[in-house]
Amino acid sequence: MKDVFKKPDSFYEFFTRSAGVDKEATHYCPGCGHGNLHKLIAEAIDDLDIADRTVFVSPVGCSVFGYYYFHVGNVQSAHGRAPAVATGIKRALPHSIVISYQGDGDLAAIGANEILQAANRGESITVIFVNNAIYGMTGGQMAPTTLIDMKTTTTPYGRHAENEGYPLRISELLATLQAPVYIERCTLEDSKSIMKTRKAIRRALELQIANKGFSLIEVLSPCPTGWKLDPIDSREWITKNMLNVFPPAVYKDRADAPSRPTPPTPVYDGDEVLKIIGIKESDAAHVAKLPADFPTHKLVLAGFGGQGILLLGQLLAKSSMREGKFVSWLPSYGPEMRGGTANCHVVVSRERIGSPFVTNPTLLVAMNQPSLEKFADSVEPGGLVIYDSSFVKDVKLPAHVKAVPVPFSEIANDLGNAKVANVVAAGTIIGLTGITGADSFKSLLGSLRKELLDANLKALAAGLAEARHFGAMSNQPSVKATVS
Amino acid sequence: MRQELMKGNEAIVLGALLAGCRSYFGYPITPASEIAETAAVMFPRLGGTFLQAESEVAAINMVYGAASTGQRTMTASSSPGISLKMEGISYCAGSELPCVVVNIMRGGPGLGNIGPEQSDYFQMVKGGGHGNYRMPVLAPNGAQEMCDLTMLAFELADKYRNPVALVADGFIGQMMEPVNVPNPVRTFPDKPWAVKGTGDTRDSLISSIHLDHNELEDHIRHMYAKYAEIEKNEVRFEEYRLEDADYVTVAYGIVSRVLMSAVDQARAAGIKVGMLRPITLWPFPAPRLKQLAGHVKGILVSECSTGMMVEDVKLAVECRVPVQFYGRNGGNIPSARELYDAIVKLTNTVGS
Repeated sequence: MKDVFKKPDSFYEFFTRSAGVDKEATHYCPGCGHGNLHKLIAEAIDDLDIADRTVFVSPVGCSVFGYYYFHVGNVQSAHGRAPAVATGIKRALPHSIVISYQGDGDLAAIGANEILQAANRGESITVIFVNNAIYGMTGGQMAPTTLIDMKTTTTPYGRHAENEGYPLRISELLATLQAPVYIERCTLEDSKSIMKTRKAIRRALELQIANKGFSLIEVLSPCPTGWKLDPIDSREWITKNMLNVFPPAVYKDRADAPSRPTPPTPVYDGDEVLKIIGIKESDAAHVAKLPADFPTHKLVLAGFGGQGILLLGQLLAKSSMREGKFVSWLPSYGPEMRGGTANCHVVVSRERIGSPFVTNPTLLVAMNQPSLEKFADSVEPGGLVIYDSSFVKDVKLPAHVKAVPVPFSEIANDLGNAKVANVVAAGTIIGLTGITGADSFKSLLGSLRKELLDANLKALAAGLAEARHFGAMSNQPSVKATVS
Repeated sequence: MRQELMKGNEAIVLGALLAGCRSYFGYPITPASEIAETAAVMFPRLGGTFLQAESEVAAINMVYGAASTGQRTMTASSSPGISLKMEGISYCAGSELPCVVVNIMRGGPGLGNIGPEQSDYFQMVKGGGHGNYRMPVLAPNGAQEMCDLTMLAFELADKYRNPVALVADGFIGQMMEPVNVPNPVRTFPDKPWAVKGTGDTRDSLISSIHLDHNELEDHIRHMYAKYAEIEKNEVRFEEYRLEDADYVTVAYGIVSRVLMSAVDQARAAGIKVGMLRPITLWPFPAPRLKQLAGHVKGILVSECSTGMMVEDVKLAVECRVPVQFYGRNGGNIPSARELYDAIVKLTNTVGS
């Protein structure tokens, strides 16, 4: 004789994970809709032969114990977060079939944003949304789907629109989105409607198998305990009270949508990883023998945003790094960034660098008037101030610093491009301080914008020439670098 | 040699990719957005996932989902965003899911500002989320460590099946320094517990529910046995000029960089002072501090907070030695001069 009562294979034979004594019955109350639904899902998983690759996500609510019953991969999640958790799973396991099984409090209240966004992204997951108009597990409090005038433990006088708003119609809401492929509202009020629900669940899963995208089946489900009704009356209660507020229908059907593209396979091969990231053995990286008297250079570079000040600092740091020196580069950070001026701190040393902050620079490069005014007084006694005399006209400096005016911007303009003023400045800095070799710096110019290479090379040479000019005018600082 | 000049925030992404992390779920917030932006460029190139979530709450739960499958995964945010992630971090800890959470700390409480602070110490080190759990907290103080410690974070996360945090601040994130690029991780631990969407993982269950009181107590004992192992094996710190020191200074992250300069200045002035820099904030280098307390004359702790780590220092030294504190807040960093003065004050007040 055919065993018509056989449990689906994707149910556990015995519910050994259950905390209860009875390992054969579910923890659900008599007449609860979860039992029907679980069976419909398990049979669909069997018939579609997807048990091995199915991952069942159960968040907080009566269905939190989905893992007692479903013999598939199970992930239990926080209240309302199942669509986000399901997203993480599906992205990591594109081949998997992910079912998110959520109640109305979970999905429509605390998790309303997660479901909205997962639906809008068109995540290829299937959501079973159990709507019983009440918080079942926590003892019958109001849900977003609680009906008007319905009494719950937190609406003891009935739900009133002026206080709690109206029942939330999730299927209708999500159906306004472009991405979802299938949204249907079903009910469990009688055998006929259960068979319709059965069909809807299969359709949703088939669409996921075809990787079409997001599907949601809302199921009006009885909660005899929460409603304080017997199982038979509960079914009738759905028919009488819920159907007019939550009409069963197919709200969205884009079964003809194209399948979503298969995501690429992640690369784990180490050599391939380095290649893709773009890390090369650096040819220039060598630890030079630095002279013992190589001083620690502490630079403040400042100017207008757009003058390439931050880049100038980075290039000086990078060039010095390639010579085996310790370097740090720190941009202005915080509200300053939005003030129209940009500055950065650069430290270059033969020793490990402690503080990357430069409070008393050995060199201030001021590319505009405000920068000179802001930082001039902080320069270390004996320090150097190099400024762009194209912009800085009013020069008041402390007596203990040495000033070098160079019209960087005018020189850059003469070279045909105002953008290379920062490299002119680099030439002068290098020439006057020896912070890095001109050759090391020059080798970096190729990595900048190609169309500026010629102008940059000329700019560097021009800047170095300015340094030589000042070096010749005074005994120190001496010219320490030349371009080969 | 593979050396690159890069920002701390970029070094985190580099470290993550080298460690085999292949999914990043984030939400923009200053000053951590650069990590997400760099990840958005890099993760897809390696066939990984970058997804900007709808909120920090969703992001950490996406991490929870990806971690459930055994994939190395991460998220990054800044203080207010980390507050939102705390629910998810607690769930990850309870479900024993390995993942990495980066906090580029900023000024608080509330919206505060985007300046660098270290005022999430309690949140990161002492819990933050609900329930009994701990989380290793790594505190890099430069670009190289941003990369190296991110890699370590993934290793520890898998080794102990636990979320691991990396904390830094806007300066460490923005600062560019040379990074010697480590070798990529080539072998990964087996994770038979994960849900992989395969026949042999149909019995895998990721869950933090233990309805039965005794069962939950057993689970907590199991987790705390694991945490005891972490405390035994994973304490990391750096000592700077401590060999003959009469005074110890303690700082982590950006403050430790400034303090290092202040220690140098104090040494130049003849003060025998050194620095102990916790690299793991939990597990805290308490045993070493206790040892030092046995023979030094005073300890100075500096933080960009009103004084949080200083409590752990005091607990560690068990009143053997005076502990003084110097802190700045609101996005201010103590200058080397301020810290030098604090060192001098310490030597004057505790005697020499």
